[in-house]
Amino acid sequence: MTVFTCILLGFLVVCAIAASLSKKLLNTILIFMSYSLVMSIIWVLLESPDLAITEAAVGAGVTTVLFLVTLKKIDAIIKKESAQEETDEQEGA
Amino acid sequence: MSRKVPEERYRKTFSYRFKAWLEGTKDPFLGQVEMHRQEAPPESGEERARRERDEETLRARVYDLEHNFEMRIFNRVYRVFSILFCIFLVVMLLAAVSDLPAFGRGENPVNNEVAQRYIEEGLEETGAVNIVTGMILDYRAFDTLGESHVLFIATCTVLILLRRDGEEEQREGRDNDRLYEPKDDVILQTAARVLVPPILLFGIYIILAGHLGPGGGFSGGAVIGAGLILYLNAFGFAKTERFFTARTYRRTSFCALACYSLAKSYSFYTGANHIESVIPLGTPGAILSSGLILVLNICVGVVVAGTMYTFYVMFRKGGY
Repeated sequence: MTVFTCILLGFLVVCAIAASLSKKLLNTILIFMSYSLVMSIIWVLLESPDLAITEAAVGAGVTTVLFLVTLKKIDAIIKKESAQEETDEQEGA
Repeated sequence: MSRKVPEERYRKTFSYRFKAWLEGTKDPFLGQVEMHRQEAPPESGEERARRERDEETLRARVYDLEHNFEMRIFNRVYRVFSILFCIFLVVMLLAAVSDLPAFGRGENPVNNEVAQRYIEEGLEETGAVNIVTGMILDYRAFDTLGESHVLFIATCTVLILLRRDGEEEQREGRDNDRLYEPKDDVILQTAARVLVPPILLFGIYIILAGHLGPGGGFSGGAVIGAGLILYLNAFGFAKTERFFTARTYRRTSFCALACYSLAKSYSFYTGANHIESVIPLGTPGAILSSGLILVLNICVGVVVAGTMYTFYVMFRKGGY
């Protein structure tokens, strides 16, 4: 059990660093979501299952969705095709 | 209109002005406070070109690191100080954490007579098998009432910031929202059809069994809100607005908060005055037990579920 907890805690640290170092906002949000999921497993191991439910629903669910909507609103998610077109245009110009 | 005083005299009275203010027909700021939109000063094309050129040269000269000696020094000092500050912060936080008592030890300062009282007498006094729920919704229900109101105020703030007023803005929001509307995604719709009912049922179970096992109003409400958001994403606004609109949200959260406040005032009144409460605590472990806790859990769950869903709708469309 201790080994499992240590692996999870290490994953948590890696996630936290990766989220802040990632260049793409979409990747940052997905890493943040996995951080929340791992955190909810750690809550279960710390014997507080009610916090685990809340963390999974709010941290991994609702917050991620709100972040994604915001990204879409500010046009930060670029689809592959349109990105390809943009590079084509730049090359053509 | 059968009034004893003529219309002109009535208009001067306090009650008329109060009624007008209450109904919103009179704006207290209009005509009283100077409210003009700030306009940019007019400038000809030549002036504008000169201003832009000036700004450009200024920027180029300031950030020209090869010739600007002060800027170079400042950049280096800035970097050194930011690294030093980060190290200082990390060391301070680590030192503070290393001073904390070990996790879960018996002689920790948190394990004092308050926790002992909760553990020993909690079941008898609140009737809730789940001690955590008994604590947050009975002993410390006043804090939870404040929390629910904080959540409600947060929604109001989001409404104020993101709501689109006026015909034109609302039409704009609707047009923009077509981008997010599902384009009959078969995978998403099939998954939602299978997943949404169990998610909603699980949320309701968490709320209703909050005093028997892990869970409670907040987590259950969050689960229900997430299920509603999934349903909305899969099937679009036309389907969700059949059962959940802004009016539904306003009414349910008002009713829930009022119910919470009334129930808690009753409990505070009887508790603080050492009056026996008429609400029976029931047998511990039964679903209809532990007095007011079940009602309060349902109230908190309703508020939280509506708030989560409303946040999402506001972020997406800026209005129902």
